[in-house]
Amino acid sequence: MLYIVITFLFLAIVLYFLLGGADFGAGIIELFTSGKNKSRTRKTSYQAIGPVWEANHMWLIIAVVIMFVGFPVIYSDMCTYLHIPLLIMLLGITARGTAFAFRNYDAIKGERTQNFYNHIFVYSSFITPLFLGIIAGSAISRQIDLHATTFLSAYIFSWLNYFSVAVGLFTVALSGYLAAIYLIGEADDDTDARRFIKKARFMNILAVIFGGMVFLAAELENIRLAHFIFGNPISLIAVIAAAISLIMLWVMIYKGKKKIIRVFAAFQVTMILLAVGYMHFPYFIMIKGSENLSLLTLHAPPKTINDLGWGLFIGSFLILPSLFYLYYSFQKKEIV
Amino acid sequence: MAISLGFHIIYSCIGMVMPLFMAVSHYKWIKTGDPVYKNITQAWSKGVAIFFATGAVSGTILSFELGLLWPKFMEHAGPIFGMPFSLEGVAFFIEAIALGFFLYGWNRFNKWFHWCTGVIVGISGIASGILVVSANAWMNNPAGFDYINGQYLNIDPIKAMFNGSWFSEALHMTLAAFSSTGFAVAGIHALMIARKRNILFHTKAFKIAIVFGAAAAILQPFSGDISAKNAAKKQPAKLAAMESYFHTQRYSPLVIGGIPDTLNKRVKDGIEIPGLLSFLVNDNFKQPVNGLDKIPKQNQPPIAITHITFEIMIAIGSVMMGIGLLYFIALWKKRSWLTKKWFLDLFILSTPFGFIAVEAGWTVTEVGRQPWIIQGIMRTSEAVTPMPGIHYSFYLFTFIYFTLSVAVIYLLSRQIKMVPELYDRKT
Repeated sequence: MLYIVITFLFLAIVLYFLLGGADFGAGIIELFTSGKNKSRTRKTSYQAIGPVWEANHMWLIIAVVIMFVGFPVIYSDMCTYLHIPLLIMLLGITARGTAFAFRNYDAIKGERTQNFYNHIFVYSSFITPLFLGIIAGSAISRQIDLHATTFLSAYIFSWLNYFSVAVGLFTVALSGYLAAIYLIGEADDDTDARRFIKKARFMNILAVIFGGMVFLAAELENIRLAHFIFGNPISLIAVIAAAISLIMLWVMIYKGKKKIIRVFAAFQVTMILLAVGYMHFPYFIMIKGSENLSLLTLHAPPKTINDLGWGLFIGSFLILPSLFYLYYSFQKKEIV
Repeated sequence: MAISLGFHIIYSCIGMVMPLFMAVSHYKWIKTGDPVYKNITQAWSKGVAIFFATGAVSGTILSFELGLLWPKFMEHAGPIFGMPFSLEGVAFFIEAIALGFFLYGWNRFNKWFHWCTGVIVGISGIASGILVVSANAWMNNPAGFDYINGQYLNIDPIKAMFNGSWFSEALHMTLAAFSSTGFAVAGIHALMIARKRNILFHTKAFKIAIVFGAAAAILQPFSGDISAKNAAKKQPAKLAAMESYFHTQRYSPLVIGGIPDTLNKRVKDGIEIPGLLSFLVNDNFKQPVNGLDKIPKQNQPPIAITHITFEIMIAIGSVMMGIGLLYFIALWKKRSWLTKKWFLDLFILSTPFGFIAVEAGWTVTEVGRQPWIIQGIMRTSEAVTPMPGIHYSFYLFTFIYFTLSVAVIYLLSRQIKMVPELYDRKT
């Protein structure tokens, strides 16, 4: 049962990166779109994510709940040592979610208020994945020090280091990339689609640059990331699969296949997460100078894990079909 | 934390109940074809969307806040009382999916399917509320584990979820959500009727809201009685503090009003009714109820706050019950009252009553549990995060919630302002 719960945890995190990430990406794209095209981008992304964005963000709640019910010690340490980035991420989530809802449900569409919501939306869409990435990076950066004695070393340098920040930027680029790929298939006409393709290319290049920085920073901080990924067959296969699917994706884009590319993009991100997740498993948080926090030892008592597993299992029977139907119903029909 | 929850409780009350009002109005529209009901449904659904978005982010904040502020509490309590939270996560997810269908599904789906998605939003909202309250009930009445030498052993999350207080608390909270939201919504529509704006629209909306609100307000005292009896058994300190009942005695009196004087252990200016407390708790006038003198000083909650907020809750609850009764009298016997100015004024006046009572009741149950975070097991002071400078996080959370509330009120007022423009042309 423990493995089922861990699978759900991993699944929730991956889906949050994919779906929530694409949501953030829509804001990031808006941030990088110049004046006159902004409102068109906004319209397309609203049509695409309006009905589903609340559901996309539920994965985070599911992941958090699994953490604090199933792995309370890990959750508690994470909340203590990564208090500050978590707080900033929460601020981002709040600002972003409300600004998005408010700009659509404000009964009076005044220019100033709409602009205000837009600003909050795009900047928080940038901040949130940045800190999400920083948190993810910190979890594996070995900078969390349970025996730290000063405020700075315990609560600041745990997350403010080259590696975590590089992972944060990488996450931002990936989110933008996911969103751009997704929006290509939602575009109203060819000009829009071409614009999204350009954005996807831009974000893809950014992601490669930031990805390189992640490895560079890892070397600087003495994190043997490259060694781990390339020394471990499953992670290596995952990375190669991601690279192949990236090539396929661009081939498909130029062939005009607008829907299938989503599968490739999602596949790449999943593979990256799988590579990282697998090479660290069963450790969830790497600790400086002492034992890492392992999902296999620091879990809740078996009865709790058992009940949690059943709860998630039954819950997913209710959630997944209706979620698929939701996505299906609000898919943009192919332009004939 | 307390402040966050204080805000969140209002978002969730509205989020639990509004979808059902919306579904009722939607049902009436499908049945009668009266476009006014369609307009009401759409107007309310925008309110629901605003509250859901706010409630969702505020819920996300809270689920992190538990760990950010109380890591030690969550480390031990998470595996025990986390079950309702994980189920709540599921219910909330379903609510989000159904809401997506409902809000964006106009003219897209079969009308009954569309109606059902609205109903599912309502049901899963109420289910989430009940689940979260059951987690809170566990803090008041811990169950599902053995506490031996500082260790939490033999954990059973299902038993913890169905602890001895879950039913009474869930009933009390659900009724509170219905009556407070019902009164608030009705009050706003009454104000619009009084200002002679879109009278038809607001009258129909008023009626749906107040029927639920009034019915719940009338039932609430009975559920309050169940809760108090439960508190007497499981949390005698809380009950004694609620009643400011210092000295254990036969024919235990019920104190109404007054300000507790903790130094001299008496209540100033309160009215004492001998025997009534004994009767309410034990069903006979003679048997004594345990007073504060039976509880060691270091285990007593702040008496003044608990007593005064309790009195506020009772007073408002009684007034709301009275108004609720009055409404049904008007509906069945004195229809002419319904359009009278004094009658509308009464409802306008009582708009915030329910929420004040909810806040007061929440204070009673939380302050009344102090100094414990888990009744009798863990003290609140043991649970707080070791990180220094935690008050900054506290200010930040307060700031977030304050801003959110201002934004929500601002948006709702704009929604209401636009009712004539948005819905007049269609009717």
